[in-house]
Parts: sequence; C-alpha cells; structure tokens
Amino acid sequence: MAHQSGMENDLRKTSLFAIHQRLGASFVPFAGYEMPVQFPNGIMHEHKHTRTSAGLFDVSHMGQIIVRPKSGAVQDAATALEALVPMDILDLPAGRQRYALLTNQDGGILDDCMVANLGDALMIVVNAACKQTDFQYLHTHLSPSCHLEMLEDHALIALQGPKAEKVLAALAPKVVEMRFMDVRAVSLLGVQCHVSRSGYTGEDGYEISIPVQHVEAIVEALLDHSEVAAIGLGARDSLRLEAGLCLYGSDMDTNTTPVEAALEWSIQKCRRTGGSRAGGFPGADVILKQLDNGAAKRRVGLRPETRMPVRGGSLYADESSTVQIGTVTSGGFGPSVDWPVAMGYLPIDLTAPKTLVFAEVRGKRVPVRVEPLQFYLPTYKR
Amino acid sequence: MLKFTEDHEWLRVHSDQSATIGITAYAADKLGELVFVDLPEIGRRVKKGDEVVVVESCKAASDVYAPVDGEVIAVNDELTQSPNMVNTAPMEAGWLFKIKLSRPSQVDGLMDEKTYSALVE
Repeated sequence: MAHQSGMENDLRKTSLFAIHQRLGASFVPFAGYEMPVQFPNGIMHEHKHTRTSAGLFDVSHMGQIIVRPKSGAVQDAATALEALVPMDILDLPAGRQRYALLTNQDGGILDDCMVANLGDALMIVVNAACKQTDFQYLHTHLSPSCHLEMLEDHALIALQGPKAEKVLAALAPKVVEMRFMDVRAVSLLGVQCHVSRSGYTGEDGYEISIPVQHVEAIVEALLDHSEVAAIGLGARDSLRLEAGLCLYGSDMDTNTTPVEAALEWSIQKCRRTGGSRAGGFPGADVILKQLDNGAAKRRVGLRPETRMPVRGGSLYADESSTVQIGTVTSGGFGPSVDWPVAMGYLPIDLTAPKTLVFAEVRGKRVPVRVEPLQFYLPTYKR
Repeated sequence: MLKFTEDHEWLRVHSDQSATIGITAYAADKLGELVFVDLPEIGRRVKKGDEVVVVESCKAASDVYAPVDGEVIAVNDELTQSPNMVNTAPMEAGWLFKIKLSRPSQVDGLMDEKTYSALVE
C-alpha cells in the first residue's frame, strides 16, 4: 500500500493548479498530487458537457516516459519493450500509439499504459500512482539498450468530446487529418507539442504533451472557446466507467491477468501461440494458456436493476447465499446512460449477458445484471 | 418552527409533534446533483444520530442522520423518480422524511435559522 502522509503540503501541484483554482475547482489528493475533482458546475454537468461538446482535463500527474534507443534505431527500443509487454511494439509504425500492459511473472498486470512510436524513440504514458515504480522497472530492463527519461518538464492535457477536433484545429488545422491513435509533433501557439488522437473517456479527442512553461497559455487559448469547459477527476471516472475502460488498481492489478480483465483485444496475433514472436514476455505461460482456453473468472459490465448505484463490494448468486461469487470493482451513476453502471469479476459460467446476480449495498442485496462492458459506445475517429 | 443541525439538516416542527426533515441548500450544493435517495421504511423507530437516509450524487454516497428520536411516519416517494428535487428545492419539494417526535424536548437543543446561517457563511 502506498505511503500516505496526509500532509497537505506534501502533495505536488501540476502546472495548471492556478488555473484550476481560478475556475473554482474542489481538490482531492490523488496519487500524491492535489488534483481537481470537480468544478462549480458539478460532475453530472461536466460529464454531459464532455459527451456533447468538449472537456479539458489536466492529466499532468500521469508519467510520460521517453525511451530512446542507444543505437538510434527505434526497433531496438521496441524489441527491448516487447520483453515486458504482450503487445506487438515492433510493427507499431512511426506516428502511431497503442494500448499496452506491463505484466509480471504470474501473468498479473503491473500497469496499463499507452506506447507511442515517435520515430526515433518510444513514449510511454503510465498511471500516476505507478509512475515511479514503472520508471524503475523499465529502467532496470531497458537501460542496457536505451536511455530513459521521465518528462517532468512536460504537462499532459486531454481535450475530449465531439467538439474537440474543431477546437484544436483552430490552433493547428492538421490535427483534423489524424485518426484514432495517431501521434504527431504539432506546433500550438508556436510551441512544439506531442499530440495523440486518443483519450480515456469513450469520446473522440486528443491528448497533448506540452512543455510546462507554455501549458497555461495553451490551456487559456483552448478555454477561450465557448465549447470548452474544464473537467475534474470525478467526471473523468464516470466517463471511463460508462465506456467500460479499466481503472488500474480497482478493475485490474497484479492479481488479474489481461484475459481475466477482458483485455485480450490488446494482445496482437504475433505475440500469441503460433505467432511469429509468440510469448517472450513476463507471465507468457499463464497468459498464452488463458488466451487458448479462457480463464476461470472474467471482468464484465454490471447493470443494477434499480436506480441505486452499486459502487463496490461482493457479489452473490442469490438474495440469501453467504458464499461470495464475485466482486464489483468499480461503479457509480452513468449520467449519459441515466442509470447506475458498474463493472466487476464473475466466474466464467456466470458471464453471459442478462445473467442475474446480487450485489450487497449497505447490508441489502441488490439485483444486478451482466451486460457488455461498454454502456456507452465510444465515438473514436478510426 | 424551523430548526437546523450541525450536519446540515433542517426540521420543520409541526404543532402535532411531528417534524418534516431534509438537508439544507448548503449540503445539497456540496453533494452535487443527487442521483439516488435511499429512504427508510415507514414505521421505523430511530434514535438521534442513527443513519436514516442515504443520499447519492455522482461523487459519493452520504448518510443523513436522525436529528431527534422518533418514528418515521412518511417518506418523500417523489424522490425515487426525481432525486434532484433535493438540489432544486431542498426545503420544499425536496424534503426527505417525516418523523413523529418521541422526545419533543430534543428540538430545543437544535439551532435556529440565524445561528445556522452564521455557521455556513
């Protein structure tokens, strides 16, 4: 468990703290940072605004790691990284990024991340809570062939929603041409930034890595657009939950494998049994076997039958059984679905859609039904 | 007679020694738009400080405590369909439950409107 000091002045602030404060944010401690959880309009409004217009998120607390091959050939960095993830990194073209998982020897997940091929280096964006351990881990395994750098002098923002393209194109017209998961070096207000067409809300949009000394000016320019509103971590969580996206530490961790977490789609054919570079990553024996035969438990979407949100807790087969069969790993109210939504783990024989199980909320058994993970269908520009 | 608690609840005490209870605008604002209100069963006997109602916003589930001893004699069923009435009209249509006071003198220990207003200013 992470060390918690509770001392306010131990918390780090991102380079956008003053802007958050001016906009009236309420702050919470998150992964060692003082982060905005919501702005005066509230989570419900922020969530819907992102789905209908454009939301601006400060995700500067996440780790941005540059992996630069000593040989100068980015394939050498890709080959080295493939020893740590079950993904195809070698065939990831320059200017593209892909979702990846760092796995351990048991097939558990150390972290989830985005890996981008910048042409001469890889950029890995990792979760805030894991970034120091991830960096140490990557450094240990990649430093023989690569230089690693944590980009402490770059902020990271996300502009998400159906108006994101129009707004960012006002600063840089060429972002219109980018497809989902494209990565480009883009000049914004004369500042060289890294832009990817991606995000973690289920919406089309962009993530933008910006040198800290220029991030306030660029954020102000984006906020000048009437379509754009600042969005806090509260709505970020309800947006990703509706889209069926995992929160590391809640919906997956070292005790869950990629197959159990329903993330098989992220493992390309060439790393699977019979593929040209099958295996060769930590936990490959466990993960490849599960890819072929399935796992005993699996992450599913869970839709409560009543309006009472189910935020966590144990799952049972019926209203009276004392035998726990599964766990709700995250849940809450889905403002766009206008109904509570949740996700969790169940034994594989209980994962068929419409299967009825019971969650326990405040001592009461609440009926929930298994559903596909995506309560809200993503609108990515593929 | 209107009374308030430090937990940001209001009580409208009626002449028949019953009281209507809800949360204040200050509390509703802090919670954000409510998405669910878990109301007690009619007939439940409560002691001051018992958890009686759970109000849920996107952010979190929060307990509402019984401000006095008594028996629940009515709940606001409208909130099942429109929980956000607690936000839009916290002291009118957004009331939570009605209680039959079993120790009416407890009301005297609660704050009046002026004292409460000073607390949340």
